[in-house]
Amino acid sequence: MGKTFAEKILAKKSGQDEVVPGQIVIVEPDHLLTHDNTAAIIGKIGAELEEFGVARPDMPVIILDHVIPAASEKTATNHLNTRDYVKKHNLKNFFDVGQGICHQVLVEKGLAHPGNILVGSDSHTCSYGAVGAFATGVDRTEAAALILRGKTWLRVPDTIKMTFTNELRPGVTAKDLILHIIGDIGAGGASYQAVEFHGNITSLNMEDRLTIANMGIEMGAKIAVFEVDDQTRAYLTSIGVNESEYESVWADPDASYIRELTYDLSTIEPVVAAPHKVDNVKPVTELEGLEFQQFLLGTCTNGRLGDLEEAADILDGKQIADGTRLLVLPASKEVYEAALEKGVITRLSKSGAIVLPPGCGPCLGAHQGVLAPGERCLSTANRNFKGRMGCKEAEIYLASPATVAASALTGKLTDPRKVLEGVPQ
Amino acid sequence: MKVWKYGDDINTDMLFPGKYTYTAATAEEIKPHLLEDLDPEFSGNVHEGDILFVGPNFGCGSSREQPVLGLKAVGVQAIVAKGFARIFYRAAINQGLLLIECPEAVDAYKDGDEVKFDATAGTIEVAGKAYNFPKLPPEILEIRDAGGLLPYTMQKLKEETRS
Repeated sequence: MGKTFAEKILAKKSGQDEVVPGQIVIVEPDHLLTHDNTAAIIGKIGAELEEFGVARPDMPVIILDHVIPAASEKTATNHLNTRDYVKKHNLKNFFDVGQGICHQVLVEKGLAHPGNILVGSDSHTCSYGAVGAFATGVDRTEAAALILRGKTWLRVPDTIKMTFTNELRPGVTAKDLILHIIGDIGAGGASYQAVEFHGNITSLNMEDRLTIANMGIEMGAKIAVFEVDDQTRAYLTSIGVNESEYESVWADPDASYIRELTYDLSTIEPVVAAPHKVDNVKPVTELEGLEFQQFLLGTCTNGRLGDLEEAADILDGKQIADGTRLLVLPASKEVYEAALEKGVITRLSKSGAIVLPPGCGPCLGAHQGVLAPGERCLSTANRNFKGRMGCKEAEIYLASPATVAASALTGKLTDPRKVLEGVPQ
Repeated sequence: MKVWKYGDDINTDMLFPGKYTYTAATAEEIKPHLLEDLDPEFSGNVHEGDILFVGPNFGCGSSREQPVLGLKAVGVQAIVAKGFARIFYRAAINQGLLLIECPEAVDAYKDGDEVKFDATAGTIEVAGKAYNFPKLPPEILEIRDAGGLLPYTMQKLKEETRS
């Protein structure tokens, strides 16, 4: 009997010939991601860090992104304590305020390799499945224990196989696809399970795959992973990660799955996730005309160059609707600079966008772009939970960058295919 | 002992709003905001030994561990759910908070029913009727028996340093 991706990688990394779902294995993750929560994590283990040090100094990756630049004395002190820790233990994988969102920076800096295990004290760590890594979130205490001991346990998950056929139509994006899938199987539909994406993945570029893998957690998945193909290899080579540096892993053709689903990409429509759950997915056409005061383009889901370009193309020099705000956050400094060089930032700004520094920004409600009671925000982020953007009496709808841009022009939910010339609805 | 009942897909933003994630880390800082956007009555009225009965996918969303730290700190004895989200489940093991995954018990419970459970045996009794729930594997029970992941890690580090 063949093996799934999760079964193969967890067997290999735990030094066993084979493992089965439900089995507990001990692994040494290749990397541990922490961000602004680093200060709280090391705060739990001050004396022990003095005594035992960092188990594997190459393992931690620390990226300050959640509340940047600091919004208060408390958050500034968190950053300060993190810098002290990095310096004291001589940790080389540190990216200070301004480099971008952890999930974008970690990939851009070539730290997510195919066939590696990455864990992070952030639920969207599952993003690195886009490059064929086994990547999953853990809590802060787990991160603290990993810093000290360098290893942890993982339960071998069952796997759902999702197969894509055909291609997305113009005006329909990877965000619509993953929202459609989450709406289909539910917010807990892949709980404790791995999700493998099969079939026609060639029409999905690396940015699309990052968007899709990023939202694996929104269906409860432990990991959400793509096969490494020519596009993955070319992307990794372009950022300085050569094929000799990694060993890809993929499922056997006769692997055994707990569930198999097929999605015909050509039938996917632009959709939104309505409040207050990510699986509350509806076609844009059903809610067209709904008014919004704020629009958010960015986050670890949709803040990459292609997302910003797509939005700028749809805005096309026109002004956003009166009385609305369009907040733009490039996912990283690299994305920001590429967008500057291509004139994308200028175009967005001239259409009325407020460009914020590369970071998590308004997504988690800690600062920047907090909503007022009764307001609605149309966002490219991954969560629309009640209170998520700092106000429990506000509403958040999730959509693609194309839908956000088209809607910003009218101030109302708008099907992007209406704005894109010659695109049938 | 009071039973608090909540529905499906309760996410960690409802259990502890994200806006406090980087300013509240200790039990005392967390307690006033526990379940703030879900049930404003909770933090002022929860008592040592209380239990939660909840639907599927409890604790989904963010990996923030403040909900677990807070529920443990206010003395919640156990959470009985139709299901838990995995990061929340793991965080509860790491803090030694008892989670009981038992959809039948959640369906059976009516206001005022007597609830008893035995974590070692893996049984929960609702209004006199017993249900089984899955016990943790031995490797994981070792973490809980040590008093949580950090005490367990210290124990292991000392053993490993000695050997």
